[in-house]
Amino acid sequence: MLDEMYVRGTQVNYYFVCKTKLWLFSKNVSMEQESDLVKLGSLLQRQFFGREEKDVSIGPISIDVLRRGDEIEIVEVKKSDSIEKADYYQVLYYLYYLSKFGIKAKGRISYPKKKKVVEVRLEEEGEIEEVLERIAEILAGEMPKPEYKSYCRKCAYFEFCFCG
Amino acid sequence: MRKNYYIISDGKLMRDENTIYFENEEGKKPIPINTIYAIYALGSLSITSKAISYLAKEGVCIHFFNRYGFYEGSFYPRESLISGEVVLRQAEHHLEKEKRLYLAKAFVEGSILNMAKVAKKSGEDDTDIISTLQSLYDAKSIAEIMGIEATARNAYYEKFDSILKELKFEKRSRQPPENEVNAMISFGNSLLYSAVLSELYHTQLNPAISYLHEPSERRFSLALDLAEIFKPLIVDRLIFNLVNNRIIQKDDFDREMNGILLNENGKRKFVKAFNERLEKTIKHKDLNRNVSYQRLIRLECYKLIKHFFGVEKYKPFVIWW
Ligand code: SF4
Repeated sequence: MLDEMYVRGTQVNYYFVCKTKLWLFSKNVSMEQESDLVKLGSLLQRQFFGREEKDVSIGPISIDVLRRGDEIEIVEVKKSDSIEKADYYQVLYYLYYLSKFGIKAKGRISYPKKKKVVEVRLEEEGEIEEVLERIAEILAGEMPKPEYKSYCRKCAYFEFCFCG
Repeated sequence: MRKNYYIISDGKLMRDENTIYFENEEGKKPIPINTIYAIYALGSLSITSKAISYLAKEGVCIHFFNRYGFYEGSFYPRESLISGEVVLRQAEHHLEKEKRLYLAKAFVEGSILNMAKVAKKSGEDDTDIISTLQSLYDAKSIAEIMGIEATARNAYYEKFDSILKELKFEKRSRQPPENEVNAMISFGNSLLYSAVLSELYHTQLNPAISYLHEPSERRFSLALDLAEIFKPLIVDRLIFNLVNNRIIQKDDFDREMNGILLNENGKRKFVKAFNERLEKTIKHKDLNRNVSYQRLIRLECYKLIKHFFGVEKYKPFVIWW
């Protein structure tokens, strides 16, 4: 269950970052530094079922999961807001996922450098469901051709995409 | 940065906590696990089961050579990077005749162009090597392609005696190598094959599905395919340097029942130079960053995966500098 949440959350994020990356990641063509799924699963397990609050990485974002009474709050701290939309939808997806299990949760993304906080609430499900549908369409097709973007050089797939 | 370790003397590998130790008569030497990329066992090496499971967990390949320097086999740990999508498409490109021919030709084309480049750089006329390309493009079967590769390689080898200032090559002889140069070619090709295999391990490619060589030929026949492209750059040029700069000389070899072979001292010099070559870097023309020769092999793997995914037709690596 947590692996699925992790995989799909990361897919949602990549959908807004780069379709090539989304496709490759989803076909299990990961670069070595990104294949830490198992470790993550157990960390999350502790988060949800243990009592401690801890820093957790879920795919490309780093979140805190807090339990406040019967509500869970997902807090994400970001160094930069360069791919804000990707982060927003990823957290939205987690909220959506948890809601499917009847878990009430809300989200918060904070960008300390910019002194900015973005609240994320699952208001209606259609928005995220549409993204999930789009993702399914992309994955049913062929690998999207890499297109050079400003952050490609920092991407784990850079050599893969542009080595000719 | 992880490195290749070449273990030439006889001894034992063991594990204590988070460190691998190599022990022989001279003592016990620690090798921190996170510095190991691959191990080349050239002497007689025993490994404790604790050490081997630790190396497996860390994804370290171990390549074994017999005392004559001939490749014997590899410890190829269970793979951590698996993609069903890649394997299926890899198989599809093997099973469909046209697709297989395309890749087999691409590997030989790369091999021919690189041989020509190396010959030319050494001041030789490369027309007889290059001229095999036309029949390559017309070839209709794998056997034919193999034959053309052999023709090109013979034309290329014929130039060795004029390139090499010290030792004689004469003609290619394998098991046993009949002279020093042949001994070095065999040894170098085995090391290269192992290096390619290490790169394949770090990708989603299945090393058993090949195109030029038959999958039954060796367990990891895709490494044979890819090695063809890199032999001129990584093995042959290395030999020219070692011979012409008199780094390796007659007394680095022994005459054995199995022909002429590098002795321990010779192997030491050879693997040192071989590894320096793998680590040598070049500015990559598309990536605009420095990549090592070893990394070029990895990039070739990536290009294959992209070919299978249909985004970019595979073009073999050809020396561009
Ligand atoms: S390198 Fe660029 S194109 Fe390739 S996956 Fe990364 S972001 Fe996408």
